[in-house]
Amino acid sequence: MNEEYIIKQLSIFSENKAGKLAAIAKIFLDTGVSIQAFNIAEANNFGVIRVIVDKPEVAFEAFAKQNYALKYTDVLAIKMQDVPGGLFEAAKLIGELNINIEYAYAFRSGEYGALIVRVANPGEAAKALKKAGIELIPAANYHF
Amino acid sequence: MFWNEKIETLKGQELRDLQLKRLKWTIHQTQNIPFYKRMFKEAGLHPDDIKTLEDIRKIPFTNKSDLRDGYPFGFLAVPMNKVNRIHTTSGTTGKPTVVAYTKGDLETWSELLARNFTMAGLKAGDIFQNAANYALFTGGLGIHMGAEKIGAAVVPSGTGNTKRQIEMIEDFKVTALHCTPSYAMHLTEVAEEMNADLSSLKVGCFGAEAWSENTRKDLENRLSVEAFDSYGMSELFGPGVAFECGEHDGLHIWHDSYLVEIIDPETGEVLEPGNHGELVVTPLVKEAMPLLRYRTRDITMLMEDDCPCGRGPKLARFFGRSDDMLTVRGINVFPSQVEHVLRSIPEVGDQFMVYIDRGESHLDEFTIQVEMNKTFFSGELSDFVKLQQKIVKTLQDTITVRARVELVEPGSLPRFEGKAKRVIDRRVI
Ligand SMILES: [Zn+2]
Repeated sequence: MNEEYIIKQLSIFSENKAGKLAAIAKIFLDTGVSIQAFNIAEANNFGVIRVIVDKPEVAFEAFAKQNYALKYTDVLAIKMQDVPGGLFEAAKLIGELNINIEYAYAFRSGEYGALIVRVANPGEAAKALKKAGIELIPAANYHF
Repeated sequence: MFWNEKIETLKGQELRDLQLKRLKWTIHQTQNIPFYKRMFKEAGLHPDDIKTLEDIRKIPFTNKSDLRDGYPFGFLAVPMNKVNRIHTTSGTTGKPTVVAYTKGDLETWSELLARNFTMAGLKAGDIFQNAANYALFTGGLGIHMGAEKIGAAVVPSGTGNTKRQIEMIEDFKVTALHCTPSYAMHLTEVAEEMNADLSSLKVGCFGAEAWSENTRKDLENRLSVEAFDSYGMSELFGPGVAFECGEHDGLHIWHDSYLVEIIDPETGEVLEPGNHGELVVTPLVKEAMPLLRYRTRDITMLMEDDCPCGRGPKLARFFGRSDDMLTVRGINVFPSQVEHVLRSIPEVGDQFMVYIDRGESHLDEFTIQVEMNKTFFSGELSDFVKLQQKIVKTLQDTITVRARVELVEPGSLPRFEGKAKRVIDRRVI
C-alpha cells in the first residue's frame, strides 16, 4: 500500500573519526552511485550515516563487501512549500495526525524542499498523510 | 583414554615417594648452576637438608628476573655437548630468556604432550594442524613433537595466511587444531566469511593465553570442536604442563613431573588447596635447566575435588598472569574477566581492546573498544546508544568496573595470530 512513496534509505554505521567521511564518499564515487540526500546522526564516538541514493542496491552491495554494518530503512519524503514556514506547515499536519516521527531531516532538491521522515509504519503514515492533503515525493524521483 | 595410565593416575604415598626421589635428584642437578649453589650457601642450606616434600619451603623462590640475569647460559646444569635444542621465551614481559633441552628433556616433554593429546581423545589417524609459530616459540616445535609422538599426521602450518590454513583444514579433513584462542576466533571469522566447511574438525587445543568460558562456547559452536585449554610455559619445557580432560573443569598438571605450590603473591605464604594464588612450580624431570620453586606469575588454584577421569588434582582455569592484572581505581581486574563479560553480550562482536589512561582528573580511565556484531544493527542510532549502556552496566554489575565503551566498526580492531595484546596500559606513572 502506497509503496510508490516508500524510499529506501541506507543507514550506515560509521565511527566518528578523521577521514571516515571521505572513505565513505569514495565508495559512492567508485560505484558511480549518486547521492540525493545525506544526513549524519551521531552520539559519542559513533554515528549513523543516512543516505538516499539513486541506486540503493548497488551502494548496499559495495558497502557490505567492505564489511560495513548497514541496513535499509524505509522513509517518506514530504514535499515542503519553499517559503518561510514550510517546515512548520508540514510538522503541524503530521502532529495533528498523531504520527510519531523518529527522526527527520530536510534538504533541498530542485525548486522545492523535502523533509525526509522516519516513522514507525511508513505505509500507514503515507496513506494518512495523503488523505490529509500532504504531498509526498514518490520514490521514483530518487531511485532510478 | 590414557597414554600412560599408571603414572597419570599415581596417587598417595606412591606419588609422594616418586616426587621426593625426583626432587632430590633435581636439587642435586641444580648444584651445577652457580646461581643455585650461591642460593643454598646464602640460605645456609645443604642439598641433603631436603628430606621431605615439605622441606622444599626452606628453599627461596626463583624469579623470572633471575633467569634473565643468567642470560644466556647461566642456568645450564649440563655442558653444551649435552644440549640438544635452544629456545627463547616469547618475551611478552621483558627481554627474552633462554631455555635449553637435553635429548632426554625433549623425550620427556613430548611424553607429557602425548599424555595431553591422548587425554583429549587424539590418536594415530588424526590429522593435527599446528597453527603456532614454529620459530623460537615453544608452542610450535613442542606441540609438533607431542602430536607426532601419538602418531597423528601433523600439519606444521605455522601462523599466518589464514585463508590457506582454512583451505588445508577443508582439503585435508583436519581433525585437530592447535593455536591461540585469539587466532582461533580470527580463523572462525574468516572461515565464516569464506563459507568454508570445517566439519572435519573435532578437537581444538587452545593455549598460550587465558580465555573465558564464553569464548569456549563460541569456539565450540562456530568451529564445531571440543575445546581443550592448554597451559604451558617455556621455562617449564613449554606447552603441555597442564591440560584439560574431557570434564573441562580445570587442568590436569602432571604431578609426577611438576611439584605444585600455590602462594600468596604478596607474602610468599603457601596457600591450601581451594585458594587462588600464584602458581609456583618445581619441575622434577628437567635435566638441562632444572629450576626450584619457580614463580610463574600465573594466578590459579589447586582444586580440592578428585576428577572423575581418575587423574590427580587439577589447577583451576587461569585468570591470566599476575603481571596482566590491572589495578584501576583500586580494583583488580584481569583482561580475561573483561573478555568474559563482553562475550556474554550477543550484540558484541568477536574483538575488543582495552585502554587504560590516567585522565586529567588524575583518575584511571578504562576505555573499552568493542566491535559490534553486524547482524544486530537495525539501522537506528538508538541501537548503539542502548548497546553502549548495556555494556557499561554489565561491566559495572559483574566486575565493578566503570568503563567508557566505544563502539567501533566491524573489522576495524587488530586481529592477532599469536598471543593477543588486547590491553594497552597508557598510564604514565
Ligand atoms: Zn580429569
